[in-house]
Amino acid sequence: MVRSGTLILSVAARLLLPLQLLFSLFLLLRGHDEPGGGFIAGLVASGAFALYLFAYGGRATHAMLKVSPRDLIGLGLTLGVFSTLPALWQGEPFFTAQWWTIPVIGFKASTPLLFDIGVYLVVIGSVLTAITALVDTDREDA
Amino acid sequence: MQLAVLGGFVVAGMAPLLHRWFGARTPLVLSLLPASMMIWLLGLWPVIASGEAVLLEWAWVPGLDITLTFLIDGLSWLFALLILGIGALVLVYTGDYLHGHQDLPRFLVVLIAFMMSMLGLVLSDNLVTLFVFWELTSITSFLLIGFHHGDLSARKAAQQGLYVTAGGGLALLAGFVMLAQAGGSWSLAELTMRGDALRSHALYLPMLFCLLVGAFTKSAQFPFHFWLPSAMAAPTPVSAYLHSATMVKAGVFLLARLHPALGGTDAWTLSLSLVGAFTMATGAFLAIQHTNIKKLLAYSTVMALGTLTMLLGLGTPEALVAFVAFLLAHSLYKGALFMVAGILDHETGTKDVTHMGGLRHVMPRTAVVAAVAALSLAGMPPLLGFVGKELMLESALAATQYRVVIVGLTSVAAFLTLAVAAIVAFRPFYGALRRTPRTPHEAPPGMLAGPALLAGLSLLFGLAPGWLDGLVVATIAGLGATDHDVHLALWHGINLPLVLSLVSLALGLMVWRRWDRLRAHLARLRPFMARGPEAGYEALMAGMVAAAEWQTRMLQNGHIRNYLIVTLLTLLGLVGHALLFRHAPNLNVPVAAYPHEAVVAGLMVAGAVAACVMRSRLAAVAAVGIMGFSVALVFVLFSAPDLAITQLLVETLTVILLVLVLFRLPRFATLSTPTERARDLVVAGLSGIMITLLMFSVLGGERLPRISDFLVANSQPQGHGHNIVNVILVDFRALDTLGEMFVLALAAIGVLAMLRFHAESGGTAPTPPRESENG
Repeated sequence: MVRSGTLILSVAARLLLPLQLLFSLFLLLRGHDEPGGGFIAGLVASGAFALYLFAYGGRATHAMLKVSPRDLIGLGLTLGVFSTLPALWQGEPFFTAQWWTIPVIGFKASTPLLFDIGVYLVVIGSVLTAITALVDTDREDA
Repeated sequence: MQLAVLGGFVVAGMAPLLHRWFGARTPLVLSLLPASMMIWLLGLWPVIASGEAVLLEWAWVPGLDITLTFLIDGLSWLFALLILGIGALVLVYTGDYLHGHQDLPRFLVVLIAFMMSMLGLVLSDNLVTLFVFWELTSITSFLLIGFHHGDLSARKAAQQGLYVTAGGGLALLAGFVMLAQAGGSWSLAELTMRGDALRSHALYLPMLFCLLVGAFTKSAQFPFHFWLPSAMAAPTPVSAYLHSATMVKAGVFLLARLHPALGGTDAWTLSLSLVGAFTMATGAFLAIQHTNIKKLLAYSTVMALGTLTMLLGLGTPEALVAFVAFLLAHSLYKGALFMVAGILDHETGTKDVTHMGGLRHVMPRTAVVAAVAALSLAGMPPLLGFVGKELMLESALAATQYRVVIVGLTSVAAFLTLAVAAIVAFRPFYGALRRTPRTPHEAPPGMLAGPALLAGLSLLFGLAPGWLDGLVVATIAGLGATDHDVHLALWHGINLPLVLSLVSLALGLMVWRRWDRLRAHLARLRPFMARGPEAGYEALMAGMVAAAEWQTRMLQNGHIRNYLIVTLLTLLGLVGHALLFRHAPNLNVPVAAYPHEAVVAGLMVAGAVAACVMRSRLAAVAAVGIMGFSVALVFVLFSAPDLAITQLLVETLTVILLVLVLFRLPRFATLSTPTERARDLVVAGLSGIMITLLMFSVLGGERLPRISDFLVANSQPQGHGHNIVNVILVDFRALDTLGEMFVLALAAIGVLAMLRFHAESGGTAPTPPRESENG
């Protein structure tokens, strides 16, 4: 059902994809202080990939992603669980947030950020898993 | 120590890697882990011997009172030592038993994981932690029983073991919750000091019942004994380790641990001593009907577990001394005998003792080891088993209630056990050499070392039981019997227990001589035996499958409208009931809205009505979209940008998903009759009214301090973020988010599985998988 789209769609998808992904990263990183965060950013990124999928079809999207969306889910969950460990190391209760400032650039790294990246990956992975599965069954029917 | 146990799980995970480096020697390398932990434990002996408990504190989830604190007193020290010592020997044994087996790495992963779980179980001070480790032992046991998973009977046995022990685990959890509520603490060290308060608590009987079900299922007490012999489908090292020396003793361990807290009442004494005594006799009686060497040993394990339970039930200091002596003796000889059984199976290719004979000519060393261990099982001097049995008989004779029943069952068990010992240790080795499927050779040294060491210890401690005095004193101190003088001795003088022993020796030998004829007689009892507890288990499982099928057909028939109606009606019933009868619904909420808010609300209503009446699917989707975007607008109006963005994005993605599925759906059709539509309207209307009332009540009643105030105040100072929504998601309630991440991942996997399944089954609606082989 999903086949290569019109010229306008393909060109737009190709141009928009990096912008949308960049925007999703922007939302992800600023999310702690301004509207945004891992969940929203993940939805934006999945929207970007979905657009690409409509323009170029499932196989091209798989090829561009290079990793399976299911692996993204696994990676995201691992990051989420992993972000709970530094607190354990500090002898603090489970899941206590840890904050560090990276000296030169003054960037504030933290376990909530790590956790948010986990959320981001899980959202992208889950949405894409569902969408690509639907597209794949379409192709088998065709 | 906690780090060592947790690290042990890591080592378990690394076993396949180690196997790549060390090959067939991996089990030997891995046995260094329990060996080193054992040396550390032995170093604690001076403290343990002084009767003190070591408390290694480690907070885990302080907010929920869950700790990883380890409590090492005489009782847990003894158990830990047995777990590690026998564990190390079993690993060495496995190296030869599963030599060259392709699944050796998998076996080692689970075995080490079991070892650590079991260690955690006996050392845990916190009830929750103990329960986690308890369940872990059930799961690892399941994986080990089903090790040969290509074999249907092994799978069935594994499931049976899991269902029985995990089902008991549920009762145990309920018991733990009651125990913690009644005692006001989750710490065993504290609970054992509040015995009087617990025994007089109103929840004492239900709590005791739940805990006993948990302990009895795990320790294979009647009527849950049947899973243990089935578990013999596991490879023999597992039978020797899990199903005789360690895991099945977890229930007994727990009872011993709780003895100071709950013991001493009539309910405790009667249930434990009678169930224990009955289990003893049943186990011994069922044992002699089998010719499979592992089943014989398994039933005699059931008998031994019954003995331990009975001794705890009697609960006198003498009985507790007998408990410790018998526990130690049993672990030593039964571990050895199972390993010998494995050797026989490995060398001859059969497990049936009637097919073996004269093996002492080809495997003399194994014959000696078997004889020593079996003599201990039979309770013959000068072995530790004799010391244990004499003490046990003495305690049974001193029983104050139901003395005749207990002594009678004990004596029956004693002479039948003697027959079992003779069958296991003499039948295969004496008489004429028989042909077996494989030509037997002497066992490899790795396989012989373990049983030889255990049998040697049985002999050593039998000859010098006085060496155990200190250990017994320290252990029963953990059981609540302090300041009791203990002098274990081989010779107690000519007394009633000795007379009983002699009588049972004579009877046992008679049974052994006429075993073949006796079995033929007993075979006639089969139809009666077939109605035992195992049949009850089968019926229960079949009933459960039938009930599951019925409720699946009723509730999950694949029609979304039915799901919705069930969900809404449940919601209506529960929330509506609470709203109407518990809290009077609050109706005086000043309803005032700005014009633009009214417009948005009107849009939502219009969208909803349109979605219901549209006769084109695309139009209905658009109408639902109107509602979604209106909700986003509401979020904007009430300054919740994060929610608005999320809502808009979700709407967008919904469109994408709809585009993908829209073409696959059948033509729009009206499936429901006017009556059904009227019914749906009523349910939907009632739900709407109820939600409205609920909102009014929430807005009207400012009973509790609002959590949002806390969040606004603490978001920046504690969470280092200005976006409160995000701080809640990733910091304050991050645990919930983590749970939701898993839900999302599971949902995605579910979608994938459903679509794949759908595609593979040729486009027909998926039918629920039937689990006919679950039995």
